Amino acid sequence: MNALRVISPGYLTTVQDLGRFGYAHLGISAAGAADPLSLRLGNLLAGNPENTAALEMTLLGIEVEFEVEAVIALAGAYMEAAVGGQTIPLWRTEKIKPGQVLKCGATLNGVRTYLCVQGGIDVPRIFGSASTHLMTGLGGFEGRPLRSGDLVPLKAPPSPVRFRPLQLDPKVSAYLKPQDALRVTSGPQADSFAREAQEIFYSSSYEISQESDRMGLRLKGPELPGTDASGEILTEGVSLGAVQITHLGAPIILFVDHQTTGGYPKLANVVSSDMHTVGQRRPRDIVSFEKVSLARAYELHREQESLIHEHPVGSA
Amino acid sequence: MVSRPASKPDLTFASDHSLLVVFGDEISPEIHLEVLRLTSLLLQESGRDILNVHPGYSSVLITFNLSITSPPDIERKVRHLLTSMDSIEVPRRREVEIPVCYQGEFAPDLEHVARHNNLTGAEVIRLHSSAAYVVYFLGFTPGFPYLGGMPKEIATPRRPSPRLAVEAGSVGIAGQQTGVYPVTSPGGWQIIGRTPITLFDSRVRPPTFLQMGDHVRFASVSRADYDNLSLHRAGTG
Repeated sequence: MNALRVISPGYLTTVQDLGRFGYAHLGISAAGAADPLSLRLGNLLAGNPENTAALEMTLLGIEVEFEVEAVIALAGAYMEAAVGGQTIPLWRTEKIKPGQVLKCGATLNGVRTYLCVQGGIDVPRIFGSASTHLMTGLGGFEGRPLRSGDLVPLKAPPSPVRFRPLQLDPKVSAYLKPQDALRVTSGPQADSFAREAQEIFYSSSYEISQESDRMGLRLKGPELPGTDASGEILTEGVSLGAVQITHLGAPIILFVDHQTTGGYPKLANVVSSDMHTVGQRRPRDIVSFEKVSLARAYELHREQESLIHEHPVGSA
Repeated sequence: MVSRPASKPDLTFASDHSLLVVFGDEISPEIHLEVLRLTSLLLQESGRDILNVHPGYSSVLITFNLSITSPPDIERKVRHLLTSMDSIEVPRRREVEIPVCYQGEFAPDLEHVARHNNLTGAEVIRLHSSAAYVVYFLGFTPGFPYLGGMPKEIATPRRPSPRLAVEAGSVGIAGQQTGVYPVTSPGGWQIIGRTPITLFDSRVRPPTFLQMGDHVRFASVSRADYDNLSLHRAGTG
């Protein structure tokens, strides 16, 4: 059987691709990789299409035995990793022999690292996606994080496997270096906040709370004076990256597993091209927010896409 | 032919990848019909530029693929679609009855809702099960109906702290809203009953028991009937 046998599941390891779209009107969340850029690049290194299902590891990596020969790539936050006791680098195509064990350590400079395997993780596509939505147990491997003893099926790779050693283009590596500020555009209820609340939000630093997960990142920092509308609005659709302000005045960044609708006012929204860095912010990290125009946000997205499409990876 | 008031919705970019179309700032059947029309129209659009359509009480959020379209292009497209709103046929109205057992372990907050409103438990059940409801939209979790039409006499604020797990099928009240939990999930609503109906099943089509626009009534059933209905469903499933 083409499978990975989980020896140790790490802190939180789930199957993710680029997300589940087209069903929000039924209340079905998109889910998907918390750092989609790392997933896409990891898949390219492993010889896969960008949207191939992979394992998303969180803070502490997994230990798995490969039952068959495989070609893999690790992408995302830096962690120690070894195959059969030999250290392997991230961001590089690696070949694994049948029976070998991949052991991953703790992430040192971020939160999430992807294990991309050539062919991909073989789980049923639910509503068009392999992504795991944890709160509702939808998709992925039985709708849940991996556990010790799980046999995670792999799609049969070409036989023999295609092994072409690749590594990340230096320009892309440099681009992935984290910055402090998250760029945001104005949120749909921005005008209902007092000027004072806006000034506090854009001039303060916030600490990422421990109570952050794939649903949302809770921020600790100066409280914001609420809106005139007593802190709640008519329930409406919400966007990935929305910065909503609860009635306690605390900002929450809605993240990949967020619900489809919500009733809190949104002051800002993280730009699409910075969302991958949200997935790498650790609890206690400090963030600040920089406002950009909609046109600038679109330009930033186009810059990112052309960088990824031009020379994402090269021969190792 | 009855003419419809011209819709003058307000368009706002909620983010660089989503456009919010707002038809008003109140919960009303007329605004709901506009939301239903635009949602139907957008779901018929097969273009890859639109990723998701999120209807709400008085708005529709449209999430788009920034790699295929741009904010100005999507705004032009949506403005154009809004001009053809009149031609859209909304799905035929469905009448749906949901059996609910309002007793014992299924109704941990029934007494609280009754006390909060100076009513007896029986009066809360009578009011809740005699009203006509409309599914304004589905959201929050898969198949969760946001229902309008609950009698104000049984409105009760959310619990001060949410329960970690509310069982699937639980019927709850939050402020002036009522709803049914399709999947077991955390939640802060006041739970007054439970239905044996499965509201969400990813293996069937459509996967949600209720659809936006449905007209809903709750029918009070005994514990014995609840158990029979559960068994019957398990037997046919």
